[in-house]
Amino acid sequence: MTGIGDDPTGCRARDPDDLVGRVRPYTITGGRTRTAGIDLPVEALLQRTERGERALPAARMERRRILELTVEPLSVAEVTARVGVHLGVARVLLGDLAAEELVVVHRPPSTEGTNQLDLALLERVLDSLRAL
Amino acid sequence: MAPEPDEIVPIPVKIIVAGGFGVGKTTFVGTVSEILPLTTEAPLTEMSRGVDDAGRRTGKTATTVAMDFGRITLGADLVLYLFGTPGQARFQFMWDDLVRGAIGAVVLIDTERLADSFDAVDYFERLGMPFVVAVNTFDGIRRHRLADVREALALAETIPLGYCDARDRASTRDTLIGLVQHALLQATT
Repeated sequence: MTGIGDDPTGCRARDPDDLVGRVRPYTITGGRTRTAGIDLPVEALLQRTERGERALPAARMERRRILELTVEPLSVAEVTARVGVHLGVARVLLGDLAAEELVVVHRPPSTEGTNQLDLALLERVLDSLRAL
Repeated sequence: MAPEPDEIVPIPVKIIVAGGFGVGKTTFVGTVSEILPLTTEAPLTEMSRGVDDAGRRTGKTATTVAMDFGRITLGADLVLYLFGTPGQARFQFMWDDLVRGAIGAVVLIDTERLADSFDAVDYFERLGMPFVVAVNTFDGIRRHRLADVREALALAETIPLGYCDARDRASTRDTLIGLVQHALLQATT
């Protein structure tokens, strides 16, 4: 477990005002700043599972908000912005929910192997943009 | 409303919009996005702190860096996200995470502050990630010849360079099309 003082993200408190803003985000995550091995690129789509739906009534605060929002597929970035937390915090929370199988993560194809998007996908993006 | 069990989950793809503060990234993203640009904040590292930006000259050091993003639905099974990110090297800790798996990047530049774009150009060059450079014509006026801009940026002939009016939907869309075309070309050669 990582304490605030040796926070690898470097978001350390500087002044009293700051302290509120700095400490609070990672209090939500129990002080953790890393997810447990779940890859969550900013564009990955999250959707709550049936189990997540069942867990909703008992869920509190940010977890509840995430489970409410992910009734339809929503990106990590959108969830982060709408819940109003830092990206690092959101990733920890989402990693937990994914590990508990309350949300399912749909990753873009490119992050599951090479860094290269396949040509057919690029061509589809191109055609769709032209049709806009 | 409960999700349909066999509902199609779209494939998410992304394009990065990089550039200096105040260059029009948020405008660019907002012009083509179907949602109002949302902002996600990431904490700044110690190293990256300390310099203010064009929109926030308050004298108080920012402790987070904002990342704008927008969304374009490209059909039932494909969705494109645009991420606007500050273009200075001190934000590089963010880029490595952000650019992973991206189609490519649009480096938006202001010819009055060309140096603000050097870091982003260097970064995408080194990474080998497809990118295009777009000169934002803030007031519709093209102040510099593209050949001069290319020379000042020491930009290879192979990198597409063009004008873009970040306020204009067709213009921003065309810039994105140019990038995807370039990415396709780069992938096949």
